[in-house]
Amino acid sequence: MTATVQSPSPGPIAPPAKPNLLYRPEFRQAVYQILLVIALIIGFWAIAHNVAVNLARQNIASGFGFWTRTAGFDISQTLIEFDNQSTYGKAFWAGLMNTLLVAGLGIIFATILGFLVGIGRLSSNWLIAKLATAYVEILRNLPLLLQLFFWYFAVLKNLPGPRESISLPGGASLNVRGLYLPAPVPESGFGYVLAAFGIGILTSIAIAMWSKRRQLATGQRFPVLWTSLALIFLLPGAVYLVLGQPLGFEYPALRGFNFQGGMAVQPEFMALLVGLSTYTASFIAEIVRAGIAGVPRGQREAANAIGLSNGLTMRLVIIPQALRIIIPPLTSQYLNLAKNSSLAVAIGYPDFVSVFTGTVLNQTGQAVEVILLTMLVFLTISLLTSAFMNWFNKHIALVER
Amino acid sequence: MTSTTATSTMRPPRSEVGLIGWLRKNLFSSVTNTLLTIIGLWIIWKVITAAIGWAILSATFEGSDGAACSREHAGACWPFIQAKFSQFMYGRYPEPQRWRVDLTYVLAIAGLVPLMTPSVPGKLFNTLYMIVFFPIAAFFLLVGGYFGLPYVPTELWGGLLVTLVVASVGIAGAFPIGILLALGRRSKMPIVRWVSVGFIELVRGVPLITVLFMASVMLPLFLPEGVTIDKLLRALIMVALFSAAYLAEVIRGGLQAIPRGQFEAADALGLSYPQKMGLIVLPQALKLVIPGIVNTFIGLFKDTSLVLIIGIFDLLGIVQLNQTDAKWFSPSTGMTGYVFAGFVFWIFCFSMSRYSLFIERRLARGDRR
Amino acid sequence: MKSTTKLFALTTAVLVSTASFASAQTLDRVKQRGTLSCGVNVGLAGFSAPDDKGNWTGFDVDYCRAIAAAVLGDATKVRFVPTTAKERFTALQSGEIDVLNRNTTWTLARDSSLGLSFVGTNYYDGQGLMVKTGLKVKSAKELDGATVCVQTGTTTELNLADYFRVNKLAYKPVVFEKADEILQAYQAGRCDVYTTDASGLYAQRLQMQKPDEHIVLPEIISKEPLGPSVRQGDSQWFTIVRWVHFALLNAEEAGITKGNVDKMLESTNPDVRRILGKEGEFGKGIGLANDWAFQIIKQVGNYGEIFDATVGAGSRINIARGQNNLWTKGGLQYAPPIR
Repeated sequence: MTATVQSPSPGPIAPPAKPNLLYRPEFRQAVYQILLVIALIIGFWAIAHNVAVNLARQNIASGFGFWTRTAGFDISQTLIEFDNQSTYGKAFWAGLMNTLLVAGLGIIFATILGFLVGIGRLSSNWLIAKLATAYVEILRNLPLLLQLFFWYFAVLKNLPGPRESISLPGGASLNVRGLYLPAPVPESGFGYVLAAFGIGILTSIAIAMWSKRRQLATGQRFPVLWTSLALIFLLPGAVYLVLGQPLGFEYPALRGFNFQGGMAVQPEFMALLVGLSTYTASFIAEIVRAGIAGVPRGQREAANAIGLSNGLTMRLVIIPQALRIIIPPLTSQYLNLAKNSSLAVAIGYPDFVSVFTGTVLNQTGQAVEVILLTMLVFLTISLLTSAFMNWFNKHIALVER
Repeated sequence: MTSTTATSTMRPPRSEVGLIGWLRKNLFSSVTNTLLTIIGLWIIWKVITAAIGWAILSATFEGSDGAACSREHAGACWPFIQAKFSQFMYGRYPEPQRWRVDLTYVLAIAGLVPLMTPSVPGKLFNTLYMIVFFPIAAFFLLVGGYFGLPYVPTELWGGLLVTLVVASVGIAGAFPIGILLALGRRSKMPIVRWVSVGFIELVRGVPLITVLFMASVMLPLFLPEGVTIDKLLRALIMVALFSAAYLAEVIRGGLQAIPRGQFEAADALGLSYPQKMGLIVLPQALKLVIPGIVNTFIGLFKDTSLVLIIGIFDLLGIVQLNQTDAKWFSPSTGMTGYVFAGFVFWIFCFSMSRYSLFIERRLARGDRR
Repeated sequence: MKSTTKLFALTTAVLVSTASFASAQTLDRVKQRGTLSCGVNVGLAGFSAPDDKGNWTGFDVDYCRAIAAAVLGDATKVRFVPTTAKERFTALQSGEIDVLNRNTTWTLARDSSLGLSFVGTNYYDGQGLMVKTGLKVKSAKELDGATVCVQTGTTTELNLADYFRVNKLAYKPVVFEKADEILQAYQAGRCDVYTTDASGLYAQRLQMQKPDEHIVLPEIISKEPLGPSVRQGDSQWFTIVRWVHFALLNAEEAGITKGNVDKMLESTNPDVRRILGKEGEFGKGIGLANDWAFQIIKQVGNYGEIFDATVGAGSRINIARGQNNLWTKGGLQYAPPIR
């Protein structure tokens, strides 16, 4: 039909009669796009108009004036200082920090557990492989919300009340109100210990880089792991002892209804962390399995042939190659975990959605502003995580020759 | 000296074949493996004894209220499930009308089973039944208000019925939008592409519960004065838009797997864009991504449990609601309810994931040809 | 795709109720629709809770029925819309419900920035604190360091913070979305204290395994005037809902009950005759039938009867009338006269 128009060929062939404008693909594409833009503008305008009219007609407040107003409520667990005299703006940050805390820890635990189960699925031990499979098939096929309820319920049901709490070694106690740990209280001179710790880490990185260069040049290996461990832990440990142990502990003690002092880990937090990690781990395990299975057999055989032990084969040959397959789907699991942390609202952990999209939304009544901010926050988290994982992926991909 | 007769073949050592051989090879091949086996056996023993003890040995099977289950160390409280079973299935759907829900299920199964079995012929007719006849029939059956069927407002729906309705309407609604978005993302028109990418990434970046909160508190403000939408329908719209973004990415994967030659051949035949996509590309691409679609559906099915957060009582929501019934209060009622809900969800999700695996293997077999 | 469009169109037709310009015509809309959309709690025994068969019962539910009886002449023509604490105001603002009867506290902020108008106080309540008797707590002042379970999006969350701050007590809040979740957590020992409106505490206590192991502390830490609310800007509808409330009170004061209302039609007492529409055109004045109040009392009962049957002495909850008694009997319930 319009084939001749698509490729105007100069030459002796007589140019075809100018076709109807409607049949020109460029024109039609332009029309479609203009129509789409118009439709979008009308759609957004209609929504904005309706919102404005509805808010104005019903005399509902709008704008971000609430940000600096006093919140008037309390949050049970915060990483930054917060009380009922703080502002709504501060509640936003307090909630966000709680979300980041549970998501960050969840990612670490889920990765460790996921790798263990994933490798377990490929184990030569029949029983272990079957157990790992059962783990994956059970957890993957149950709604996360149900699992969270289950964990929360199990935690609450099986822990004793504060007056009958279980004492753990080191001055910690466990009861239905949470896990109470001694809180470290730095005394004068503790700064030096921290400094030694920092120096240890920096030196270890330097040694790792030097040893890698040396290995590439000469083939000699250097026990990086042990030296690093010694530098990172023994050095600050020595400083700590020399300075006369400048770190005190505040022990939790039962006063009135609850344990006071020390650090407290809430049962809501425990249930959420366990639920999120075990659920996500079941997906990560599948990714790891597929990644390892994706490394060609020859690689393993070659590694065996040059006499590498099974452990070394895994660590030096299989895993580095499998990681390239694993990283992209792993990224989306991390994102899912961060998003799923919003289910905290159902079991009473004060995460971002519970504090901001829950309490703040309710007390201010400003649904539009609050939900828009919520979406913005999650988009930012998603984009940052993807950016980091993409960088990491590139870094890993460089190993390939 | 040479022997002229063949020596009788020796049997392999007993430690290499049979049960013992298998055990040695698979469970006790090394010290580590033996250790792992013992740990594994210990875990299995613990889990199985705990499960049997809770669900059978110390469980309560008869009774008419929570007191029957309130013994010391009591296990599952099964009479609770028995008493509330019809609520878990139908919510508060009026009792004399519940046959309508059952009939809908029967109609769905009558369409789905032949559709999902590859060897049954007449797929075109079957598909038409599922996407034209069934939705209309199900709508009139469940909602009513016509043909002498009394109107049942959605506030009365609940339990497994809501779970199934949200999941299947969600995926059915997501399908056309997802296809358009996937095509849009691969379009040559920049604005169309940007809009599609923007929508997909926006939706995939936010959690479903903020989307549901939006449905329950923000959507009403978007509509002109005086226009309101049923709460369940609001949730359905949002769920459909949400899963459309995920489905779009799955379908895009299928589109990318179609060889260029197919597109070019369609162009060469002079097919228009809708013809090319509808007759050549999409049928192939969609077939390729059936496992992906089923997986998206499993995810959606599990996510329907989130509607309980906005006050719609799906299976999990109604179980939770009934756990606070004073009549049935006992230390084990709560756990029994969760185990029951978990079991139902698991049966559905597990069988769907098996089905997806089956299709995947079938497709892979086709590829090897 | 075609079928989806069709289905959508059908769905739209049935489930999307459109009505032009809500602002002044809630009454016309309700009459035209033939049912009253009434927002209630998703489940609070005594106020609004569905039984196993899906029938709604409770104090707030009866108020919905009373409005339907007055406006439509039939107390059964109500569509109950269960709302959570979070979505109740949007449901009213958007017109999904015509009136909100959901144990909602009347505050200045809600009157001013949420676009609501409270028509009156049908239940004088206050925030209470419930603890286990085993804790041996006698007063809220002894609660230093306690863990408190509270529902999100309520005035109780704010009052709680105020009370503990003013009295210099430390506490930890645990905030849940729904009352069911609080009930489970409180019973599992997660919190020492459960706080909400005192009426709610009495109702929730009945849902516990051993109700007598929990006590409500004597301190009432806030004022919680609960009442029905409507959208701002529709004064006709506002007046109707407000006078339904007053009619219930006036009926009790005049001694008109569900049982004697037919006989009362013959009464010569001018107050009674005015309430029942035998004298004057008061119903017409607010856009209703003249026997509007008769219908309410005939089909639902007067204020005292509703109170007794749902939360008062005649119910399992057994809350004393107290402040909710008529002003003639030492309470706060006082209605302007119908004349």
